[in-house]
Amino acid sequence: MIEQNYDAIVVGSGISGGWAAKELAEGGMKVLLLERGENVEHITGYVNALKAPWEIPHRDTLTNLIREEQPVAARDYVIQESNANYWVKDRESPYVEKKPFDWFRGYHVGGRSLMWGRQSYRWNPFDFEANKKEGVGVDWPLRYEDMAPWYDHVESFAGISGSLEGLPQLPDGKFLPPMELNCVEKDVAARIKAHYQDRRRMIIGRVANLTVPHNGRNNCQYRNKCDLGCPFGAYFSTQSSTLPAAVRTGNLTLRPLSIVTRILFDRDRRRATGVEVLDTETRQTTEFRSKVVFLCASAMASAWVLMNSATDVWPGGLGSSSGELGHNIIDHHFRAGAGGEVEGFEDRYVFGRRANGFYIPRFRNLFGDKRDYTRGFGYQGTASRKGWERDVAEVGIGAPLKDALCEPGAWEIGMTAFGEILPNHDNKVELDRTRTDKWGLPILSFDCEIGPNEKRMRVDMANDAAEMLEAAGVRNVKPYDRGYAMGQAIHEMGTARMGHSPKTSVVNKHNQVWDAPNVFVTDGACMASSSCVNPSLTYMAMTARAAAFAIGALRKGDV
Amino acid sequence: MSASGTGRAHGGRADPAAISRREAVRRIALLLGGAMVGSQAYLSGQPVPGKASPGFTQGELALMDEIGETIIPATDIPGAKAAGIGAFMAMMVTDCYDDRHHAAFREGLSGIEAAARERCRKPFLECSREERTALANALDAEQRADQGKRGKDATPHYFRMMKELSVLGFFSSEIGCTRALRYIEVPGSFNGNYPYRKGDRAWF
Repeated sequence: MIEQNYDAIVVGSGISGGWAAKELAEGGMKVLLLERGENVEHITGYVNALKAPWEIPHRDTLTNLIREEQPVAARDYVIQESNANYWVKDRESPYVEKKPFDWFRGYHVGGRSLMWGRQSYRWNPFDFEANKKEGVGVDWPLRYEDMAPWYDHVESFAGISGSLEGLPQLPDGKFLPPMELNCVEKDVAARIKAHYQDRRRMIIGRVANLTVPHNGRNNCQYRNKCDLGCPFGAYFSTQSSTLPAAVRTGNLTLRPLSIVTRILFDRDRRRATGVEVLDTETRQTTEFRSKVVFLCASAMASAWVLMNSATDVWPGGLGSSSGELGHNIIDHHFRAGAGGEVEGFEDRYVFGRRANGFYIPRFRNLFGDKRDYTRGFGYQGTASRKGWERDVAEVGIGAPLKDALCEPGAWEIGMTAFGEILPNHDNKVELDRTRTDKWGLPILSFDCEIGPNEKRMRVDMANDAAEMLEAAGVRNVKPYDRGYAMGQAIHEMGTARMGHSPKTSVVNKHNQVWDAPNVFVTDGACMASSSCVNPSLTYMAMTARAAAFAIGALRKGDV
Repeated sequence: MSASGTGRAHGGRADPAAISRREAVRRIALLLGGAMVGSQAYLSGQPVPGKASPGFTQGELALMDEIGETIIPATDIPGAKAAGIGAFMAMMVTDCYDDRHHAAFREGLSGIEAAARERCRKPFLECSREERTALANALDAEQRADQGKRGKDATPHYFRMMKELSVLGFFSSEIGCTRALRYIEVPGSFNGNYPYRKGDRAWF
């Protein structure tokens, strides 16, 4: 069955897909937005968002049922009872781990834009130059100057709160007023600044939560329940932001429950003609036609679509001619840092639940610093008073325990680094055609791990954190390295990297697949390196930039 | 996406958003030092889901109510029993514990009865409040001393499970959140330098 034609088909409705749909629809394109999962309506679909803690039966503990259905998600902290509905049912969509890989997925309209951490940082100019300078991976065919106007563009719409710092390694942007460090964080920040003569700085996180009303959306209410969906629309998600904008144009058709199984390819024209969709309700297969396809299914799923679009022209999948499709998986390695206890401030507390923490921008291997590894890391953390969950060793049970736990405990502070991972051809994902998922589709098989550069960096990630906290007067400081598995930061990227040449990369500088230039890959798949900052803002900017190019090309008939 | 948040004793949640609510459950694990009871098997990658979960008897529910009330008693604020702690424990053990922990918890109910008979020469429910408190304090000392001694994969001392469930069940209940602690559904603003006087309640 062949359905009607569109100007553009967007595959995936997460952060990247939402942006593609908005930009293309606002540019006058007739857009079909395909999402493999079900719809989650803004506000009314956030079923647990307004429940009190005691209305969550197991008080957010994972039940045996959740663990059985979602064994991968249950490996880490991200899933709880109250948001389990937003995480994929792993049992239905299995994958192979030749080496450990945490693949945390959200299969519904909005994708992981509903549950993301919302930390939003620009890359710096050095990030785009590092591959070339070091001869690692491939050189980015674009530079910070190419991206800066698009960062402006997406920040202005999405609403990113943050402070202007004037740091070359963390460029300022079009920010809403910053959130506030708490009193202990301010004190530690001042001591770090003094101790390191401002070469290291602790700032409030730059976060996609509105601190003032913005574009018709409400400001943050400091509930810290973002990952349940925000009934105030106060953080950036597809639902709160890009989807309504796309819908307003009248140019958007949203089709949930639609797994894109492959991109249709015209071998004579060397162009995609549309996509094949499996309707997960009816199990019917339908072909949709379009002039361009935007692949925004998430780094791994976009790679899957390309691989599963193999033809006799490209037996390794569409975009496989370079031999790089599915290779060069990167993420951020983390879970190394330090924590400690803070004395004093017993007469200070906080009001409100701030869904944000502090950030320490990268300082390693910059401005003359030279380590035994390349690239660097930034820290994220929080100071807070201990709560009712703490151990009170000096009392047993009964009224003394109850009374003690009714009051807050001492202040503590902790942070973890997020470190850059170098691209490496050997880190790859492949299609395993011998195994299938619930829908009879072949599944992905992961084979990747961190290398010596990351392992050396982790030593600094723990020690530098401890050193800074000690310099700031924090007591009982303990560095830690709790280990890391690829994918765990949920910043997975790199499977269809961008480059200068069709011989060594999958997409060009406009995110066009070299082998089919009317296919654009704008999610994390296109990343040729990872920087050490959270990637979503860059996906937004990259997508908006590629969409503008695609609109121009379509108008000129160039694509 | 972001962040770590696995444990908080020594810091870092990679996701600064992952603060109180999300971490409450993980942190309760730290209350008594270690992973959340019942989760060890999963964390080690060998899921053993709890399938055998015959219901608890009325007698057991009453016993769990009184154990919870002994751990978190009514003061000027109602205690764990008023928060429905017996039913909460039964639900948690049935729905969230794996079979081994479930069995260890049930053995613990007999264990606490045996301890009451040995110490007080009568069933736990017939003990006075003072007797129950003394017994529970002794068991708490026992579980605390016991912690370092058990193997990594061993089930914890039963009283540790009871204490953990009582603290979690009480402080996350409506009474716990709104009377023992303070909870505001929609704070609307943030103040990072808010005055605190000794005796002020903690936020949930």
